[in-house]
Amino acid sequence: MSITWTRAACIGVALAFTAGAAIAQSITMASTTSTEQSGLFGHLLPEFKRATALDVRVVAVGTGQAIDTARRGDADVLFVHDQAAEEKFVAEGGAVKRWPVMYNDFVLVGPKSDPAGTRGKDIVAALRKISAANAPFISRGDKSGTHAAELRYWAQAGLAANKGSGLRECGCGMGPALNIGSSANGYVLADRGTWLSFKNPGDLVVLVEGDTRLFNQYGVMVVNPAKHPHLKSADAQKFVDWITGPAGQTAIASYKINGQQLFFPNADR
Amino acid sequence: MNTFSESAATALALITGFDPVLLSIVARSLAVSASACILACAGGLVLGAWLGVARFPGRGALLTVLNTLLALPSVVVGLVIYLLLSRSGPLGFLGWLFSFKAMVLAQTVLVLPVVAALTRQVVEDVDRAHGEQLTSLGAGRLLRAMLLAWDERYALLTVVIASFGRAISEVGAVMIVGGNIDGFTRVMTTAIALETSKGDLPLALALGIVLLGVVLALNALIAAVRRWRIGGKDQPLLLEGAPG
Amino acid sequence: MSGLVQLNAVGVRFGHVQALDGVNLRVAAGERLALVGANGSGKSTLLRVLHGLVSPTRGSVLRDSAARQAMVFQRPHMLRLSALNNVALALWIRGTEWKQARQIASLSLGRVGLGDAASRNARTLSGGQQQRLALARAWSLGPDLLFLDEPTSSLDPNAKREVEALMAEFAQGGTTLVFASHNLGQVKRLATRVVYLEQGRVLADLPVHDFFNGSRLGETSREADLFIKGELA
Repeated sequence: MSITWTRAACIGVALAFTAGAAIAQSITMASTTSTEQSGLFGHLLPEFKRATALDVRVVAVGTGQAIDTARRGDADVLFVHDQAAEEKFVAEGGAVKRWPVMYNDFVLVGPKSDPAGTRGKDIVAALRKISAANAPFISRGDKSGTHAAELRYWAQAGLAANKGSGLRECGCGMGPALNIGSSANGYVLADRGTWLSFKNPGDLVVLVEGDTRLFNQYGVMVVNPAKHPHLKSADAQKFVDWITGPAGQTAIASYKINGQQLFFPNADR
Repeated sequence: MNTFSESAATALALITGFDPVLLSIVARSLAVSASACILACAGGLVLGAWLGVARFPGRGALLTVLNTLLALPSVVVGLVIYLLLSRSGPLGFLGWLFSFKAMVLAQTVLVLPVVAALTRQVVEDVDRAHGEQLTSLGAGRLLRAMLLAWDERYALLTVVIASFGRAISEVGAVMIVGGNIDGFTRVMTTAIALETSKGDLPLALALGIVLLGVVLALNALIAAVRRWRIGGKDQPLLLEGAPG
Repeated sequence: MSGLVQLNAVGVRFGHVQALDGVNLRVAAGERLALVGANGSGKSTLLRVLHGLVSPTRGSVLRDSAARQAMVFQRPHMLRLSALNNVALALWIRGTEWKQARQIASLSLGRVGLGDAASRNARTLSGGQQQRLALARAWSLGPDLLFLDEPTSSLDPNAKREVEALMAEFAQGGTTLVFASHNLGQVKRLATRVVYLEQGRVLADLPVHDFFNGSRLGETSREADLFIKGELA
């Protein structure tokens, strides 16, 4: 069958192409979908490459899956936003040290009419009102950093076991959760970055913001090579040094959507 | 309906714009799925043809298992291959995770049972009709299987095309083992999933239209080549071996 | 064993069906043996046991391993290849080198009058032509023993005559024939010996003249006698 041979030839060329393209040095970074979807990496990583000639391959999944990827030794760098889980990872020897990098904030979005009356600066009060009104609330339910933050606020409201009958857990990423919220006219806790670049808001607007509890801290870690000797820990450290150093921190601050800064650098070097 | 017309317009703009990122994603999709299709067909056609003629104890059970594998969810294949290729897994030393090779491996595993099961049915049917003549001529089982498969090459071409379709349209396996890494392992289906999750539905649909357009072009090419090869030679009668 | 094939108390069972039962048969070189009987009487199964396509579930088959065999089926079973290549393939399977196989095939096609059709797709030939092609294929193998399963039953009268003529030529060339047929006229014309089957059992085994001699047959086998009268009526 000569069709197969023609195909084989095309594949050969494509494979050669791909192999050739991988000559640059690279590290693998496990990070979160919300961070990637905010567009931050598209802004940061080219600058990092200019400075160090290193390619960063970003695998963007939920925080839980990102930490699991690092634990398995399938990533060189971990960059997520769940401080408790990150510190636990360090404690179990998955990484040697955790470096704070930046923070962004969460916002509560909901229908413009705000049937539960949540508008304001207090996230915990807002959740109490949502529960009382049994208003539809879309939770990601996927062990992500956003989901972990959401569970903390419910706990602070004393409502861990009683979130109201409007609660819907989708087990999905930030974008799909917002999609559901938009079509069901429900409340969603979202990170500002994903919200600003979300293209399907429908009737949703920001109702609660500015509560200091809504600040979302990011941490970066080099995955411990003691457990996985093949890891490129020297190159991974270059990334950590760059992003917590002046060049990286400036780059973070300069990333804007619609003129609004999304991430606020706060590495303590 | 607005989304559909917006998507159609976006798709047209994408196709005529020759955006390099989009082109590299399309090329990568074709390369991954075509490689997987070739590997799966190399193994599956032979295995299926042999199964079509072979008779041995336990064959019935094996066929039931094979037919069940037709319903393998792609995400399950992705998960299993991921656990195998992970650095913490038995094949971690290969270092294939989150790469082109991992995606090809996952799609090959997904598609091979499809090729084998369908080939088995085609060859078994034609064996029932013509098999004994070949046996009478002295062909052993494997030779008989290969000759019958070759004789049914047009039906099997459809099987090959179907297997390519299964590979290029799946998203679950290639997402997990490839990681949807921008510029490295992002393919059409994972790009569509990403744009959907970002809420950019018109763009996601437009990418879907582009993907279908590429596969349509490929199938049209295959049909044209077939016509060119068969054209000029006799066409078989509708009723084979008709009296008179 | 002095014959080409010998069956001793052979039985063949397919699931619940006893296709052959207690068959004793010896095929001698140079014979032209016809198998007759109603549909489902076991003729086709008997042919396949003799040729080795079906193994008996009871009894034994003794075979002269030096004797080359070939079989022509009720439907020609041509592959999607040219007429020439279908024949050449048969030779190639038996171990002949391809180029030489094509040469021998070309001669065989000429012998059966299909020389002009050599490069045509075999499936586009008429039924009669395909059956002659099948005979050419069998011929090219140079068989000592040729089995034919109702070779003319799906052909028109002209094609029937052509195929019968070829069968006679085979026999004259020294090939032993064993053929199943519904066509008693054909049996009369071609056979030297007739075996009558009913429900898997051999009920009559006679030289052809005796078989078609009414009173003789009536003495040996009432069933065969009735069969012939039914067929000839």
